[in-house]
Amino acid sequence: MSENNIITPENLVYEKTKVMTDRVLHYCPGCGHGTAHRLLADVIDELGIQEDTIGVAPVGCSVLAYYYFDVDMQEAAHGRAPAVATGIKRVLPEKYVFTYQGDGDLAAIGTAETIHACNRGENILIVFINNGIYGMTGGQMAPTTLPGMKSSTSPRGRDVATMGNPLKITELIAELPGTYYVTRQSVHTPGNARKTRRALKKALEYQKLNKGTCFVEIVANCPSGWKMTPVQSNKWMEEHMFPFYPLGDIKVPEK
Amino acid sequence: MKELRLMKGNEALAEAAIRAGADAYFGYPITPQSEVIEYLMRENPVDRTGMQVLQAESEVAAINMVYGAAGCGKRAMTSSSSPGISLKMEGISYIAGAELPCLIVNVVRAGPGLGTIQPSQSDYFQAVKGGGHGDYKMIVLAPATVQESVDYVKLGFDLAFKYRNPVMILSDGIIGQMMEKVELFEQMPRTTEEPEWATVGKKPGRDSVIVTSLQLQSEEQEKVNLRLQAKYRVIEKNEVRYETYMCDDAEYLFVAFGSCARITRKAMELAREKGYKVGLVRPQTLYPFPEKVINEFGSRMKGILTVEMNAGQMVEDVRLAVNGQCPVKHFGRFGGMIPSPDEILNALEQKIIGG
Repeated sequence: MSENNIITPENLVYEKTKVMTDRVLHYCPGCGHGTAHRLLADVIDELGIQEDTIGVAPVGCSVLAYYYFDVDMQEAAHGRAPAVATGIKRVLPEKYVFTYQGDGDLAAIGTAETIHACNRGENILIVFINNGIYGMTGGQMAPTTLPGMKSSTSPRGRDVATMGNPLKITELIAELPGTYYVTRQSVHTPGNARKTRRALKKALEYQKLNKGTCFVEIVANCPSGWKMTPVQSNKWMEEHMFPFYPLGDIKVPEK
Repeated sequence: MKELRLMKGNEALAEAAIRAGADAYFGYPITPQSEVIEYLMRENPVDRTGMQVLQAESEVAAINMVYGAAGCGKRAMTSSSSPGISLKMEGISYIAGAELPCLIVNVVRAGPGLGTIQPSQSDYFQAVKGGGHGDYKMIVLAPATVQESVDYVKLGFDLAFKYRNPVMILSDGIIGQMMEKVELFEQMPRTTEEPEWATVGKKPGRDSVIVTSLQLQSEEQEKVNLRLQAKYRVIEKNEVRYETYMCDDAEYLFVAFGSCARITRKAMELAREKGYKVGLVRPQTLYPFPEKVINEFGSRMKGILTVEMNAGQMVEDVRLAVNGQCPVKHFGRFGGMIPSPDEILNALEQKIIGG
């Protein structure tokens, strides 16, 4: 049996979602962004809302996200994605609007925009990739870098006495009356990826209800920034990141 | 039928925004322009036209909301005063880079820093020379009356969409706060057009729309810059606006803009009473600057005095335009002080006629 013979519709178990373009991802090998992109694109495809979705890309590793999602997108200034998304949603309230942001973008330079968009209860989805480091600029300390964790700007490890504490912004966001659904997931195993997919789907379905901001944090690895192999980085993430950033729903809609 | 009203500058401008068919206003309170958002909130234009009004958490957020709405092809605007405009400069640079149309109103107060809430023209450089990072230009309209504040809202949106470029109305605390008779234009419908560059949802059969100012390859970024520069040359050719007063027989010339031009006009009349043949050029667009007409006047004037409520900003553009053909001097009051006609006349006699 030649290879060609098995590529038939009845044998299809998995395919690239049409909401992702054919461009080659620029992300490092083993990085969680690719999986996170795919899951979100897959959900947009499943819900049939490609024509009605507008995304906002951040500044950071996912600055070029607009090359990969086959939906209309805007590129925001560093940290301003929730404000840009607010502008979009206010003039096109019937569209699905999401931002896709990293920890530096969302929890440092854009803290005010994040908190106030959530506190207003903007009917948008915020996808928050938390890998505890500035990946794009070369591994500097992030607002979510763990105590003692080494980075290029905390070369002896994060000293909380002088560098401050990691910010659990997702717990903070969950306290705001404007948020409707807040959850923390990961994409490092098939099981976790499936849970993240379900969370993203719920979040986009909730957007139709106009009940407030949905916020999906994805704790992710950064092999390059952490200076580890992908396998090592996933193990390190489980052992160090998850105890500090425990996975699971933080705020779910009241029944 | 003409609709005449006695209105405060800021409120008239806000009413003009509703009537110009604006889709969205995003702002943050700051003196002396808070009446713009107060008027809009009171008027609740969502009931009149569907226009969205939102008080943002900061000037930074407000301009980025403008970016988002403008990226959807909507008529979006913000207003602020000097310290707030400084905060918006990041967003304005991105808007210029992404070639989005929008309207930004600066009701200028004196700086630097927190300065004072009194009127000034000290943001001229910031408005016409850049302000944010990168090579870009805003079209800058300088109203001298409440009427022009109203008319420039409509003109500003038209120019913004014609060139896909940010437009600034550079007003000041005098124009914003004073009440004048104003003729309001009729309500215009909000646009239902969906420009092909706007993110409105990817339609089948077309590529996704990307609104961005990022081009990582230098060759591509240079092309973006060349395209912007080509656009600016067209704007400079087509959009220069100015008024002249009593220039036909003039031997001396004032150049002044905005509220300061009105005071200078009075000074010109006082000078004429004393027998000095003085004219006045009032640029209505500060970018593009009325370079050509000032160059022509420069060739036949004995001297030119710019009158500005700053320490000497527009005078640099006047000197560039005159190119050494006659002396060009500056007279200004600043820090929130407003020059009197007598002071201006005195400066003309000291610096130009006797100088």
